[in-house]
Order: sequence, then structure tokens, then C-alpha cells
Amino acid sequence: MYEELKALGFVVITVALDRNMDEPREWIEAAAPTHPSLIDTTWLLADLYNIDQVPTVLWIDEAGQLVRPKDVAFGSNDFIEFTGVDANTHKQLLYEWVRDGKHLSTDRVRAHLELPSDADQLARAEFGLARFLADRGDNDHAEPHFDRAGELAPAQFTIRRGSMRMRGKDPMGKEFMDMMTAWTTAGNPLNKALPE
Amino acid sequence: MATFTLLEPSGVHAFEAQIDGHRVLVDRATLASATGWDRKPEGLCRGDVCVPVGPSAGLDVDERVDLAAFASVLHRPLALDTGAHAAFLGESASTRTAALDSLVAPDFTLPDLEGRMHSLSEHKGKKVFLVAWASW
Repeated sequence: MYEELKALGFVVITVALDRNMDEPREWIEAAAPTHPSLIDTTWLLADLYNIDQVPTVLWIDEAGQLVRPKDVAFGSNDFIEFTGVDANTHKQLLYEWVRDGKHLSTDRVRAHLELPSDADQLARAEFGLARFLADRGDNDHAEPHFDRAGELAPAQFTIRRGSMRMRGKDPMGKEFMDMMTAWTTAGNPLNKALPE
Repeated sequence: MATFTLLEPSGVHAFEAQIDGHRVLVDRATLASATGWDRKPEGLCRGDVCVPVGPSAGLDVDERVDLAAFASVLHRPLALDTGAHAAFLGESASTRTAALDSLVAPDFTLPDLEGRMHSLSEHKGKKVFLVAWASW
């Protein structure tokens, strides 16, 4: 699919939100991508685009304008029972954008924008401080800042789940499953794929 | 005086500061060279922009600047750990919101596995499918 769309003036840029270059390395090397595959060890992309979960995708047009705000899409339906998001829906929309130029109107893009709150931005600062302290080996000082970040912004899974491995927890383990159960039980959606 | 680390989304600064209980006091010139914000009679200034500072802001302590008050005057979030001698000065929700609401995709420059730097803006003229993912 990528080679076909690339000929139409299309590029994929992937950005891994990971604490160092080594954690995503084996995934990237196995995929051997022909597109830019970048690593963001400071969660800058999450800060700039208010990205609260992964995977998140965005469309940016030839002029550098956001034409589809953050959406949830998967490359396959391997995990559809867990995610509830059909990979083919987004693939079809993507084809129609690249081939035919079809995308949401400016008004619809704005309507779907999720803008960060003061609490989100303070959570990012707490998370940034915690990462720095954990990287320095100072877990005792890091822990309360990880906690505070999660409390400030419970919807920011790029923080709550993204910090688990740094804190010696399993991001696929029971603690994560309990976190998701509590989240959905409270009436929140598991994934936030755009409705159009 | 102690060595203090100030993190920002744009980078890391290390400088000498005075830790006074829960306060971090930084020389005006030190803070200006780290953050670009200079304490002037008209307020906190960077380039042509000056943010007024009211007397109740608690910004000035003798000839030094209180870091928490500094963040507050600029409406930026500050995560501070005086015990660890470090803080993260984040970007404000209003700045991020204004950028997103303009619908101009915020630019970024990040490395690939080989350490080569790539910017979003290098791809002007193409449709970009931007994917955030993680190994976790």
C-alpha cells in the first residue's frame, strides 16, 4: 500500500514515544521501514499534538495544514477484539485522501480537535521531571512526580501507561488491565477513533 | 548555592541556584541566559515581548528571581523538586491550544535510529501520515 501511495506524493512518518533509542530498536529493525522512523525520548510529539494514547495518527496536507486531527488507526485487525477499531475503515479513508484529495472540512477538523488543559500541561511537566530523575537513577524522587502526573491527567495514557516500564511495572500486565477496566467502567471509551 | 537542572520541552539547562526551603532563587542573568526571559523594569521580557509583573507576583527576591513565581507570571506549568535540585518548566495550555487551533501542524525535529535528524517541515509539498506509537 505504501509504495503505491508514495508515488502520489505521500509520506509516512512514524514517531516512537520511548525513553531511549534501544527500546524501539528491534521493532524498527524488524519492520525495516523505507519512511522516516523517528524516536522521541522526551514525548515532545505528545506535548505538541496533545497525544494521549498510542497508536495515534494525524494527516497533514501539502501546505503543512492539519486535515485530520488525532485519530486511532491500526495496520491490521489482529487486536480488533480488544481495540474495537476496524483497520480497514481508516485505510479506505486514507486512500480517498491521497488519491482523490478527500478530507474533513476545516470546521470538522476544529470540531474534533482535543485541546490540552492546564492540568494536562502540568502533568506533562511532572512526567518530564519524573523521567529525568528516573534516568538519573533517582527513583525515590521520581516516583511522586510519576504519581502526580497520572493523577492530574488520568486520560493521558501516553503518561500513565508510558511510564509503567520506567517504574519497573509491566505495561501489558495486570496493573495495566486494571487501569483500563477502571477507565471503561467509569464510562470512558477504550479507543477514540473519529466518527467520520 | 547548588547546581540546579531546569528542563524545558526545548532543552536542558544547568546552573547555580539558591535553594531556600521550597523556593529556588536564580540570578537574573543566569535565568535570562537559560530561558531567554530577562527581568527588566517593564516586566519579564524576551525579544520584543514583555509580560508585566505585578508587585504581588513575588518574582523578585533581592536581585534574584523566584523560579515558581517566574513560571506563574508566564502562565507556564512548573514541576519542581527542591530536594532533587531539578524542575521541568512546561509549555502553557494556551500556547499549545493556539498552535493547534491554527491548524498549522506544529513542526518538530527528531532523530532516527542512526541519529539522523528529520523535521516535519522537510516534507512540505507532500501529504504526511504522522503516526505516534511506542514499544510499550
